[in-house]
Amino acid sequence: MNLISVEHLTKEYRVHERPPGLMASLHSVFHRKYKIARAVDDLSFSIRSGERVGFLGPNGAGKTTTLKVLSGLLHPTAGTVRVSGFDPRRREHDFLQRITLVMGQKQQLLWDLPPADTFTMNRAIYDIPKQEFDETLSELSSLLELGKLVERPTRQLSLGERMKCELVAALLHRPKVLFLDEPTIGLDVSMQAELRTFLKKYNERFEATILLTSHYMDDVTALCPRVIVIDRGHLTYDGDLTQLVHKVRPHKRIVLRMHDGKQETHDVAPSDLKATITRLLSGDPISDLTVEDPPLEEVMRDLFAERGDRVTNS
Amino acid sequence: MSRTLKAFPTLLRIGLAEAIAYRAEFFIWMLTMTMPLIMLALMSTLAEEAPIGNFDSPRFVSYYLATLIVRQLASSWMVWEMMREIREGTLSMRLLRPIHPLSGYAAESLASIPMRALFSTPIALIALYATSGRDVTRDPALIFAFVLSVAGAWLLNFCISSIIGTLALYLDSSIAIWELWLGGFMIFSGYLLPLSLFPPWFQTLAHVLPFSYLQALPVEIITGLHGRSGAFWELGHQWLYALSALGAMLLFWQRAIKRFSAFGG
Repeated sequence: MNLISVEHLTKEYRVHERPPGLMASLHSVFHRKYKIARAVDDLSFSIRSGERVGFLGPNGAGKTTTLKVLSGLLHPTAGTVRVSGFDPRRREHDFLQRITLVMGQKQQLLWDLPPADTFTMNRAIYDIPKQEFDETLSELSSLLELGKLVERPTRQLSLGERMKCELVAALLHRPKVLFLDEPTIGLDVSMQAELRTFLKKYNERFEATILLTSHYMDDVTALCPRVIVIDRGHLTYDGDLTQLVHKVRPHKRIVLRMHDGKQETHDVAPSDLKATITRLLSGDPISDLTVEDPPLEEVMRDLFAERGDRVTNS
Repeated sequence: MSRTLKAFPTLLRIGLAEAIAYRAEFFIWMLTMTMPLIMLALMSTLAEEAPIGNFDSPRFVSYYLATLIVRQLASSWMVWEMMREIREGTLSMRLLRPIHPLSGYAAESLASIPMRALFSTPIALIALYATSGRDVTRDPALIFAFVLSVAGAWLLNFCISSIIGTLALYLDSSIAIWELWLGGFMIFSGYLLPLSLFPPWFQTLAHVLPFSYLQALPVEIITGLHGRSGAFWELGHQWLYALSALGAMLLFWQRAIKRFSAFGG
């Protein structure tokens, strides 16, 4: 059953245009020029309950705008959107109770108070029974190893610690739909891995549906069997992540590690794989050989290169 | 609605904790509202030789100290917070919660009142001591009317502050409009000078505009410038204004929020 359904979604912004400089500034007092920027253009897709979906595209592709429409923050210019049976733009309380939106660059934690106070506030706002609150908080704290972090003022926490607390604050009401907009941005590699593991466990434990955007392709590879790719607001791919890789970069990558520590890579067509491996093994002695798909970063770069865009994964 | 009422005590508690966390900045902010003390020094000196209108020197003392106290208790500065959150896009976080965002702003504004009361209480005691309580009403009905009028003044202040803050969804910034409003407030609210010292046409105009209900009415009630019937008649006007402003604020918010485009990503 589809939990999220997006049909012909279009979202336009009215943008004030003004060249730099004082004269242009004065001119704009009397003659303001506006242009319509179409962030999302006739986008359609659907997501079933419990799926984990990566939402990919270059900067400015319309990913965040789509997430904001899905969570009810923005009103669509055209098209229909349903999430868990609700029209998000109405922002009904029952709808807000079922979803959460985590934005890596925005925070809900109260800056000068410990995260525990934000949790208490959210308990009141979401009307979470005390026992359920204690259970969820204890479970999430243990999964994320929060310990005494929650008792320190938010402003004294590191970015990673803050992000963990943000996730707890966002998940205390046990939402069934998670919109995650670059949740691991700015975190170190180990913290990213911790969050990925946590999100996977949350998805399995609560059968939650996850729609994730990320600049880190490792997030997508680890979490999302399915990806939706958009470019300039248009849908360009919707399907299995592995198939996308094979479609864009059909070759396999052989990585050789030599005894002297040097490394070689060979990109070969699947049909030539056996012959190439045989040839390589008969050459110089090697310490290790692996056959991999090309990294998703490269796949995405290829996917958008034709359009002359910057690629998401920098 | 019931969810909001249930959550409100917690929101007030958290708001107070925030006000305490910002205590230094908060007290400095409150000190910027000491204009009545300057006017007190000026007008009470002028009135030493002869009363000005019906105000002698001790009455000026009562009036301006009451003005200071009412301003501390009934003002609302949410406009700054709203404008900042709209411009930076952090309003998103409030919109995602299943309670009306304006309830959250209201709780934050109300939660700062105990801290302001901490500042106002010594002033009230000074006023009582300095004037021997001569110009402070002892009529329980008027004291009750005073409490209601402070509540009405806060509600009216909050609604107007929120409406101007919400204008930031239409304009790049609504600061200029807020400054314009404050200009009107200074002149027509009795904040700088008691309204009864102005010519009759000015008093009529001030009576029609909302400014006097934000400030002058509670001050006039507590300093005994109104009898019972006059006080409750004016109180009715004030609450009519306050409830109309509440309705206007909710309608305007509902309409304006559709324009929210989460500036700043």
